[in-house]
Amino acid sequence: MTSATTRRRPYGAGTAPYAHPSPATARKGTLRAPYLFVLPAALLFLLFFALPIGYALWLSFRKVKVSGLGLGAGARTEVWAGLENYTDALSDSELLNGALRVLGYGCVVVPVMLGLALLFALMLDAEKVRFTPVTRLAIFLPYAIPGVVAALLWGFLYLPDVSPFYFVLDRLGLPQPDLLDGGPLYLALSNIAVWGGTGFNMIVIYTALRAIPAEVYEAAKLDGATPLQIALRIKIPMVAPSLVLTFFFSIIATLQVFSEPTTLKPLTNSVSTTWSPLMKVYQDAFGKGDIHAAAAQATLIALVTLVLSFGFLRAANRRNTQEAAR
Amino acid sequence: MSTYAVREAAPAAGTTPGTAQGPPRRRRIALVPTVTLLLGAVYCLLPVAWVVIAATKSGRELFSTFTFLPGTGFAGNLADLNAYRDGVYWQWMGNSALYAVLGALLSTAVSALAGYALAVYRFRGREALFNVLLAGVLMPPVILAVPQYLLLAQADLTDSRLAVLLPQILSPYGVYLARIYATAAVPADVVEAGRMDGAGEWRIFTRIALPMMLPGLVTVFLFQFVAVWNNFLLPYIMLSDDEKFPITLGLHTLLEQGANTPAMYTLVITGAFLAVLPLVALFLVVQRFWSLDLLSGAVKS
Repeated sequence: MTSATTRRRPYGAGTAPYAHPSPATARKGTLRAPYLFVLPAALLFLLFFALPIGYALWLSFRKVKVSGLGLGAGARTEVWAGLENYTDALSDSELLNGALRVLGYGCVVVPVMLGLALLFALMLDAEKVRFTPVTRLAIFLPYAIPGVVAALLWGFLYLPDVSPFYFVLDRLGLPQPDLLDGGPLYLALSNIAVWGGTGFNMIVIYTALRAIPAEVYEAAKLDGATPLQIALRIKIPMVAPSLVLTFFFSIIATLQVFSEPTTLKPLTNSVSTTWSPLMKVYQDAFGKGDIHAAAAQATLIALVTLVLSFGFLRAANRRNTQEAAR
Repeated sequence: MSTYAVREAAPAAGTTPGTAQGPPRRRRIALVPTVTLLLGAVYCLLPVAWVVIAATKSGRELFSTFTFLPGTGFAGNLADLNAYRDGVYWQWMGNSALYAVLGALLSTAVSALAGYALAVYRFRGREALFNVLLAGVLMPPVILAVPQYLLLAQADLTDSRLAVLLPQILSPYGVYLARIYATAAVPADVVEAGRMDGAGEWRIFTRIALPMMLPGLVTVFLFQFVAVWNNFLLPYIMLSDDEKFPITLGLHTLLEQGANTPAMYTLVITGAFLAVLPLVALFLVVQRFWSLDLLSGAVKS
């Protein structure tokens, strides 16, 4: 991910402009300039990232203590809770079920989406393919459509009363499955995510494919490799860094699924207000008003995200360095 | 993939197929990839095509005629949407445009400054700052949004437009992209030459570096524009007054109200259709300006 930035030496590397104030006046500006340039970003980071994270951590270790009947001023006081909110969250079956639901959802979304993205990217990169500009644009287009609108459109396509699929099934006299209930609901939700995300990932992989020098293919062709062999043995390994990047972003996006199930909720009774862990956090914070429990759950989800993504990035890096060493 | 290609001899260079050389010859087409891509395109366009047609149907037609048969109710639907709560729908669209344009502009400016500094200067804390910013990419928005809400509530800013705008200005991914692009696009000697000519650092940035970074910054802007326009969670948490809603939240509330009254379906569908239009139009116009290689981190110097 950072290869493009680390490969090149930054300007002035080794000369350290601030260490050698040669023409005195100009160098003084150089000394201060980088700090002034990063100041807006640093301030915003402190205010809207660091501070909220710190605040959430602090809240997660506190709780509201209700004395007496909980009436009157001073009846509700905030006290130190230690790890209580965390043990509560970890033993909360609703949260656990939500996590399992998202795990199942992710096991469908990530492989299908990235598989399709890779397939389409390879097809776009193949020789003698027609209509590539149009199809590339069409497949990328869902990226521009908000998740809420995507969920809304597919939601209507799943509704028996207005769906063309049900219309056709009805005319053919075939059974009509309920897509908004039980197991099919996972597929229905997964489909929305796959529809929305495939194009973007396809473009990322396709761009990496275009960056492979043509000589590599020519050499393989001279050796008598078929296009399928070239795809499997050369193209896919060479775009592995892009696949890692897309995998990484897909996992993060999957863990955060919120707007699609929230949008489908009005159309079906099968999506509860705590369907995904993040919906449960929202529900606890704003439905129940228990910000301490919500903060602890949010912290746990953040930890899982960090562990998963760092673990994955490290594993990917190790593999890359091993391959480079070979 | 030529294995699957319809194998027919390509016309010889410099000749026109189908004229003097005999029967018309078809160009060789790789069938499997072409068909696969066409199927993918159909899948991706299906819901869009559906909403275009469904928006033309009146309430009765929606449930009685075949889905892909155009209806006659578009003008009526438009009038209904216009009349809904004194045209609050257009307010939502305006809000979305405001959040997205202003948010993306500010975000691009902040990213450009920070990305340039991180790429061009060597200063104490540079790598630490960059790594901390990158860790921000990993933070799920909802993790941030709940405490952001609580903090903004302390500052009495919740349920204001600022509450939606401010948290979206800094985009760690935007800074990351700007740094990659500045590293690739702004040569060190040019910056050094500027210094030799006695230009100040700010002048070098605005007059020399910024024009060089422009193509990359267009990508950062578009990326942020789409991200803000599509954002649902932050306004969902921050706002309660529906006059300030962006279109995503507006459509969501419309759907929630309409869930039990199918008469509202036409309103939701027409609203969704109109909401898709500006972004698809923008997307079609600007997609050629995107430097997509930037998104895949494949920028070469």
